[in-house]
Amino acid sequence: MALRIKRRFDRLREEGGKAFIPYIMCGDPTLEKTGELVGLLEEAGADCIELGVPFSDPLADGPVIQAAGARALEAGVNLRVVIDFVRMIRKKTELPLVLMTYYNPVFRYGEEAFAADAAGAGVDGVIIPDLPVDEASGLMKSAKRHALDTIFLAAPTSGEDRLKKVARASRGFIYFVSITGITGARLELDSRLAGSVSKLKEFSGGKPVAVGFGVSTPEEAAAVASLADAVIVGSAIVKKAASGTTGELADYLKKLRAAIR
Amino acid sequence: MKRGYFGPFGGRFVPETLIPALMELEDAYYASARDRAFQQEFKALARDYIGRPTPLYFAKRLTAHLGGAKVYLKREDLTHTGAHKINNALGQALLAKKMGKSRLIAETGAGQHGVATATGAALLGLECAIYMGSVDMRRQALNVFRMKLLGAQVREVSTGSRTLKDSINEALRDWTTNVRNTHYVLGTVFGPHPFPSMVRDFQSVIGREARAQILRAEGRLPDHLVACVGGGSNAMGLFNAFLKDNVRMTGVEAGGKGIESGEHAARFAGGQIGVFQGAKSYLLQDEVGNVLGTHSVSAGLDYASVGPEHAFLRETGRVRYTYATDEEALEAFGLLSRLEGIIPALESAHALAEAVKLAPTLSAGKLIIVNLSGRGDKDVQEVARIKGVEL
Repeated sequence: MALRIKRRFDRLREEGGKAFIPYIMCGDPTLEKTGELVGLLEEAGADCIELGVPFSDPLADGPVIQAAGARALEAGVNLRVVIDFVRMIRKKTELPLVLMTYYNPVFRYGEEAFAADAAGAGVDGVIIPDLPVDEASGLMKSAKRHALDTIFLAAPTSGEDRLKKVARASRGFIYFVSITGITGARLELDSRLAGSVSKLKEFSGGKPVAVGFGVSTPEEAAAVASLADAVIVGSAIVKKAASGTTGELADYLKKLRAAIR
Repeated sequence: MKRGYFGPFGGRFVPETLIPALMELEDAYYASARDRAFQQEFKALARDYIGRPTPLYFAKRLTAHLGGAKVYLKREDLTHTGAHKINNALGQALLAKKMGKSRLIAETGAGQHGVATATGAALLGLECAIYMGSVDMRRQALNVFRMKLLGAQVREVSTGSRTLKDSINEALRDWTTNVRNTHYVLGTVFGPHPFPSMVRDFQSVIGREARAQILRAEGRLPDHLVACVGGGSNAMGLFNAFLKDNVRMTGVEAGGKGIESGEHAARFAGGQIGVFQGAKSYLLQDEVGNVLGTHSVSAGLDYASVGPEHAFLRETGRVRYTYATDEEALEAFGLLSRLEGIIPALESAHALAEAVKLAPTLSAGKLIIVNLSGRGDKDVQEVARIKGVEL
């Protein structure tokens, strides 16, 4: 039910807070571990979780998420498995859950069947980095029918026309890609980012704007939170989840949460 | 038809970051097509630098050996750098320079497109980085060194299957990161719009020349065209000028070790419709949409998808698609070398393998044009390795 995302942002707006949206790769290295991570993220105060769906050719991702995806594929995870996984954890959490998947698995699944099954399992929204607005009319129709939010990406290279288009098509929130680059690259906190985000907000019609790609340290998260409604952190969490102890990860998440306000 | 589409195939499935660059490229490309000065500059380079027109050669001894239709070879192997790839690479390099880009990147499988792009970059004074899978770097070591000699940086790609598709992923990641100063010289009629149309147009000089040449030589159009299809740029280049004519066309995919073995790159014989690296077309994929590994003795045909216009031409029935196995291609490779003194690229040998099957079924009055898309120097080492010959 897509209302979960809206309700969460409405509440944050009332409270004057900003959303923390962590990304994890589903099934890296096992579904059991992902289940534990979801619990840990909820405890740490996440407002929404982005669940990565592994794909053989993740062309928008940097080395960290590529490697995480390879581990998840190794574990036999795919779009169908991720939807089943959401159905299972939906029994335990009311946190908004958003899938981040490449387009071909959705195309192969069938857009209508995907929207129906994902929404039915308790997925709230979907982000598809290689599906620009111009190619998404079919998916948008199906997603709307099943109350699944379609979250599109806007980029630093997008001109006003594109920003407007992306803002209009997005539901739930709008995802602003902070850098010209791939996931996990280095963030550049410059005036350009502030300018683009405020431009996007101007066109968003009140829809929340989330910023992601390259946010790694609590300081960066704080800086981005001062511009946007939500901060997305992916590669940095995926890396720590894969290499550090649970205690270290929890500590890092606590710092991120505290920085996003 | 929706812009950038060939029937239901094609489109522009890439991250938003690249969309403005593709729109800019589309505008620049269509403007250049109308820009007389640009066209004259390109034509002069094609003549003086690439060496166009390339000959249309009647393969007399091959024809006699096969005993049937007359076989003509369109000699793209005689272009500067040794393959048709230069037609497109130079065109795009010129366009990039006009667009004010200072850096070119490209993917390469067999190395021919990488060499062609590195050549264009050297000629026009642009920076250049070429992405190449580590598997391909081994089997095309000669081309790796050529690219380096030409001043390009060769970046080894050791993710995924370490072949062409992975090089394209890396090139797209580079482009996404450096899009403001970099042009991505995509080497085939694939990827997001406008690449399939633009690359076809840069390559269509092949068919325009062949059409005029066969009319001069035989006083009539050919009965059959045959070309190999990896992404499909040499085939589109040859076919495009004949699409409205009463001429049969055959595209030849890489059959690898045979379709039933699963080790091949025959997308039409073994794939389904999918969306990959920017375009909707036929794709070798599993039931959940992950892209499958491919196999071909020829690095240039070793790719999981195929140009969207080919998918369209297949759907409308205009072009017939078939495949040749590694073994058949290697046999044709040897045959042309011995009978005509021409060592073909292993890619082109797939087209020849089809001509070997086709010519004897036709009467002596019929005409076949085979696109000899590249020369085989780059493959000599790999063929020796396969035959167990130590050099």
